[in-house]
Amino acid sequence: MADNLLFFTELMGMPVLDLKGRRIGRVKDAALIPLDHVSRIDRYLVGGGDAWLSVRYDQIAEIGREAGIRLSDEQLVPYHEDDCILRIARDLLDQQIIDVTGRKVVRVNDLTMEIRQEGGRAALHVVEVDVGLRSVVRRLLQGGMPRAWIRRLQEPIPPNSIRWELCNVVESDPLRRLRLAISYDRLEELHPADLADIVEDLSPAEREAIFETIDSEVAADTLSEIEPKMQAAILESLEPEKAADIVEEMAPDEAADALSELHDDTSEEILGSMEAESKTEVEELLEFKEDTAGGMMNTEYVELPEAATVADALEALRANEDLLEQLNTIFLVDAQERLVAAIPLARLFIAPAETRLQELASDPLIQAPVEESQDRVVEQFDKYNLLTLPVVDEEGKLAGVITADDIISVLRRA
Amino acid sequence: MGRMFGRFRNHILIFFAVIGPGFITAMVDNDSGGIYTYSAAGARWGYLPLWTLIPITLLLIITQEMCSRMGAVTGKGLSDLIREEFGLRITFIMMTLLVLTNFTNVVAEFAGVASSTELFHISRYVSVPLSAIAVWFLVVKGNYRSVEKIFLFACVLYGSYIISGFLVKPDWKEAAIYSVKPVLMLDRDYIYMLIGMVGTTIAPWMQFYLQSAVVEKGITAKEYAASRVEVVVGCIMTDVIAFFIIVACAGAIYTVAPKDIQDAGEAALGLKPFGQYAFLLFSAGLFNASIFSASILPLSTAYSVCEGLGFETGVDKRMKEAPIFYLLYTLLIVAGAGVVLLPHFPLVKMILLSQVLNGVLLPFVLIPMILLINRKDLMGEWVNPRWFNLATWISVALIIGISLALGADTIKDLWRK
Repeated sequence: MADNLLFFTELMGMPVLDLKGRRIGRVKDAALIPLDHVSRIDRYLVGGGDAWLSVRYDQIAEIGREAGIRLSDEQLVPYHEDDCILRIARDLLDQQIIDVTGRKVVRVNDLTMEIRQEGGRAALHVVEVDVGLRSVVRRLLQGGMPRAWIRRLQEPIPPNSIRWELCNVVESDPLRRLRLAISYDRLEELHPADLADIVEDLSPAEREAIFETIDSEVAADTLSEIEPKMQAAILESLEPEKAADIVEEMAPDEAADALSELHDDTSEEILGSMEAESKTEVEELLEFKEDTAGGMMNTEYVELPEAATVADALEALRANEDLLEQLNTIFLVDAQERLVAAIPLARLFIAPAETRLQELASDPLIQAPVEESQDRVVEQFDKYNLLTLPVVDEEGKLAGVITADDIISVLRRA
Repeated sequence: MGRMFGRFRNHILIFFAVIGPGFITAMVDNDSGGIYTYSAAGARWGYLPLWTLIPITLLLIITQEMCSRMGAVTGKGLSDLIREEFGLRITFIMMTLLVLTNFTNVVAEFAGVASSTELFHISRYVSVPLSAIAVWFLVVKGNYRSVEKIFLFACVLYGSYIISGFLVKPDWKEAAIYSVKPVLMLDRDYIYMLIGMVGTTIAPWMQFYLQSAVVEKGITAKEYAASRVEVVVGCIMTDVIAFFIIVACAGAIYTVAPKDIQDAGEAALGLKPFGQYAFLLFSAGLFNASIFSASILPLSTAYSVCEGLGFETGVDKRMKEAPIFYLLYTLLIVAGAGVVLLPHFPLVKMILLSQVLNGVLLPFVLIPMILLINRKDLMGEWVNPRWFNLATWISVALIIGISLALGADTIKDLWRK
């Protein structure tokens, strides 16, 4: 084990010596000031007399694992509660943090710090957060035997640590979050399904904190991956405006599902804060019973007039870029908006640009009325090996589509 | 009228949405040890001990309510909270004790499986391994929702005790009178019987299980009112079952000739003169209770320990992702069932030991609970009201005193044997 590394458990209780080498106390806690520096320990809280003293990082000459901390300046002030500091023993140890690369929630057992020489002074920088068995052993033995013994004892256990810059502290108080410069930007880069797993592992207050701060689009994708009951709890905890922003970004069918789980007055409130266009879309879907084709479908599809050609279709796809990832079929409707044909997307690639889409249509055209039962719909997907099933209203007008992922969710719930 | 019905229906719906944790925890409370204690009380003292059920229900409600409230408000399990507020070392000591205690409890449950199936002439060398495998698969291969449904169904099966209570045709008038008429006697055996009844009713693992189950179910502070009803109803049902067990044994055994019974199987045999059905239902009830508790205890233990010590946890994780969780879970089942099959293993001592350990651990669980539930930063407006706090401290002091007394007495017993 490298000598320039120091565990937080080793720092705790370390003697602090003044200029003449007299002990003035022992380390009780240490703190970061994230607004100043993300990883440097800024304050050492030293207890010995009646009150704790606060030692700034630039008052320290030397830090040695066995020798302790030697000061270079004795002008110490008493410690006062300060909102801008992140105290390690109090705020970090034993708490849950998010491991961004490991995509999970972990509990902090210990921290690994590095002793760095900076302009004739010694400073501690947090490098890793320790989780797992090795750090548990260290914590349990801490103070019970000499530091060197503990190091030797833990040696055979494989380490399990996360780099400090890949950790995200969770803080539910918005003001404190600001003062501690905690942001959830990095979470936005995760896959929504992974973020959803993380969020499900947190407590309600922490969930709310994350949904309050992350981008509405990411929040919407993440929320779609969370189970319905928790979805409802999260939406209820948010301000109606924020909830409306998120619901607007969700696919209309998922938005309708989420809102249908809420109390009537809460969902009214959220709908009231939504933009008119997405509001009507969602409201229309809310009319349908949950276990019918109408309740399962979403309204995000691409439709073209009967006479359209492959070139028109490509044009339409360019205009609907945000749908592309999920799209595998486009639909043709007549002048009365009645569904006449379904064209598998892949056929467009091998057809010349001027080909009429009609010629590429799947035969026969399989469709479901809005009131079709959920079981029948699932059956049809199985029987015809569908990826997308168009849903039509009483007049034969295209009302929406059901996609294979909806079916998978239904089957998994059963 | 329509509106009122609508509101009523809404309440019912909310109630069903939160049903599960409180009922299951309360029912598992009547495990094989509990059934033995109640049967023994009825067989030896007849209807006299019935009055204790009301205070026991109150104590049970007070402790269970705190856990479910903490779960709903903080969204965290009890071992999570203990870890966050009291640190790793205290958590570790507590979890070590919890594993030990629960292990002895698991042994007691499998012993219950063995003795109940032997009443049906099925060898324990068949029934215990099969039960262990079934329990293991149920939880590992099922998901939370389906498992909860099975557990709730198991709760319904406790009804068998109510029926067997009726079949015995006990003296209902006397049962009614002694349910509300406290009888105190300065008889050593009588007092220890009372202590035993309280001691088996409130166990440390329940607090962990209930709170985790509330969290897992996603019950929020808003739904808490309904959840509280569930907890209270669950606790009452538990003691209703206990009532019928005591009454059945009082009617069948005490009225004929009061005697000390050695295990719950003996109580079932005592019911035989009152018809095959009374006997069958009583024995089936014992099997149900034992296997039900045997599925919950190891799971609850593995959850609490891994949560508290920060290891990956949960049946939705794969074995590779949560190795310690699965290891602990499997070990508890395999060792718990295995011990029952060892010839010459001092099984009775082990079961008595489980009571001692329950008693020793209980203060270490209940006191942190009260400290936590009074923390404004955790509980917000949901902290204990002052009058309730007083009631809680008194109850907890009472429970701790009684459990320790039971533990001490059992140690003396163990010494003598």
